[in-house]
Amino acid sequence: MSQTQWEVVIGLEVHAQLNTASKIFSAASTAFGAEPNRQASAVDLALPGVLPVLNRGAVERAIRFGLAIGGRVAEKSIFARKNYFYPDLPKGYQISQFERPVVEGGTLTLRVGEGEKAYEKRVRLTRAHLEEDAGKSLHEDFHGMSGIDLNRAGTPLLEIVSEPDMRSAAEAVAYAKALHGLVRWIDICDGNMQEGSFRCDANVSVRPKGEEAFGTRREIKNLNSFRFLQQAIDYEVQWQINEIEEGRTIQQATVLFDPDSGETRMMRSKEDAHDYRYFPDPDLLPLVINPDWIEVVKEDLFHQVGPLPREWHAKFESEYGLSRADAIALTPFPRIPHVFVAAAREAVQEGETVRATAKIAANWITNEYLRRWNESAEKHPTVEIPEGVSGELVGYLIRKVRQNEITARTAKDLLDEFWRNAEAIGFTAHGGTEGDIDRLIDQRGLKQVNDSGAIEAIVDEVLAANQKSVDEFRTGKEKAFNALVGQVMKASKGKANPTQVNELLRRKLGA
Amino acid sequence: MSLTPEAVHHIARLARIAMNADEEKATRDKLDGIFALIEAMQAVDTTGVEPMSHPQDIAQRLRPDEVTESDRRDAFQNIAPQTAGGLYLVPRVIE
Repeated sequence: MSQTQWEVVIGLEVHAQLNTASKIFSAASTAFGAEPNRQASAVDLALPGVLPVLNRGAVERAIRFGLAIGGRVAEKSIFARKNYFYPDLPKGYQISQFERPVVEGGTLTLRVGEGEKAYEKRVRLTRAHLEEDAGKSLHEDFHGMSGIDLNRAGTPLLEIVSEPDMRSAAEAVAYAKALHGLVRWIDICDGNMQEGSFRCDANVSVRPKGEEAFGTRREIKNLNSFRFLQQAIDYEVQWQINEIEEGRTIQQATVLFDPDSGETRMMRSKEDAHDYRYFPDPDLLPLVINPDWIEVVKEDLFHQVGPLPREWHAKFESEYGLSRADAIALTPFPRIPHVFVAAAREAVQEGETVRATAKIAANWITNEYLRRWNESAEKHPTVEIPEGVSGELVGYLIRKVRQNEITARTAKDLLDEFWRNAEAIGFTAHGGTEGDIDRLIDQRGLKQVNDSGAIEAIVDEVLAANQKSVDEFRTGKEKAFNALVGQVMKASKGKANPTQVNELLRRKLGA
Repeated sequence: MSLTPEAVHHIARLARIAMNADEEKATRDKLDGIFALIEAMQAVDTTGVEPMSHPQDIAQRLRPDEVTESDRRDAFQNIAPQTAGGLYLVPRVIE
């Protein structure tokens, strides 16, 4: 009905469970899956007279996060009581941080979209604060009663709040994935979304394009998969636009996403539920983090996982000449940038620098290498995959392709073969060596055919046998051309120089 | 500043305190007295003074990340009004 162009505005709040052994304010275990209430101590139950004692490990993880996003780690931060009544919160308040959180500011740079359409997006972070998780309420099967399990009560959480910088569900999902990758990279959270270790709340509003003021937002609670995050935001955005276009106004509210119906529905009106009457918790003194402690955490982090993603990104931009979007694709987890560096260096020919090979090596790592890695990781979830094939070997294959010794097709087949070799021995060693490549090229006659006479003979054969594709191409179907290229490559057992095949075909078809 | 009767009623509800009209009135008078005191204190210039979150000027003590609590579920559930299958039972709550 209306011609208004709508702009979507999204901010995310993520609750990451910190992977400490004990709880944030008690020395009970945080292990997942114990029998109900076996890990609920007197502090977690809020029995009279107990006092919270802060876990150093939880604070260290918050410092790690601050360093990883380039935020400010507060020299002094304050714990506050967030007051509300619910049976899985025995104290009647949650210990959280309000006015002075442990981390403020910082940014996360994401890659949004795939392939050529991928772009870089910077999202600012507002803050990250420490707090305790609540217990769990079970509403089934207790004769009209609810069952309460307090094992989870007191598990440390880092609540990470972004600015409303995202403009589509795709950007929100890319942000959530980047954050998910980061907390695992710096080893502060196991990222297990099924077990609730990483939960997202999305604040969503819409406004006419060009308008500066934000629309009224609704908060979608507790999204525990990237797919639900995408679906919930898509539904919510459409719902809000419909409401406004039909003349109604959006009321601020908290909503839940129902994965079965794919809809969001109102959970409670905001005014009451969000009147939490925060005040500083008198049971806890200010948390003081001095610069020396931050230095120690920084050194430990480097020792354990090497450079941070943002440090790799800067290096890949300045030294390797890659775009930020490409650099981000090379840092899904700590080992991959090392594999890329080895590949790009090995692919270099005499007189070149890594700037000449960075882009092609980046493509090989993000497409070929990571695809195989992800497939193996899915097939063998419990197996630690150090490397299936070394970065050097990938680089050697790239060098052979760039020197016109083998085709990309042959190189991918060899990569496949070596990867399978490594998989067969449980990734206890690499699946092949540079010597193997030279030997196999020789033994199997895999050398690329660069002899134009030989290629022309194959092209002629293929053209004669595929009149239908030739006719289709002449009527303007570019797909038919690709089919002919495929036929020639197949007839040459993948060995014909692809550039020459293209040129010859175009010439013969008079294109 | 003076509180409205509705505000007092609202705060009482948030704190789950049941009050009759007389009690609400008495509480309102007390709260007004506290707000009057706060208003008087607003006159003090606090520019550059850090807000105090705790009366003692010392830092939070930290404990090492170690599990030292043992399972005392049976003892804790002995004093609970109702339990089943290791869970504490409470009047049904569902949103």
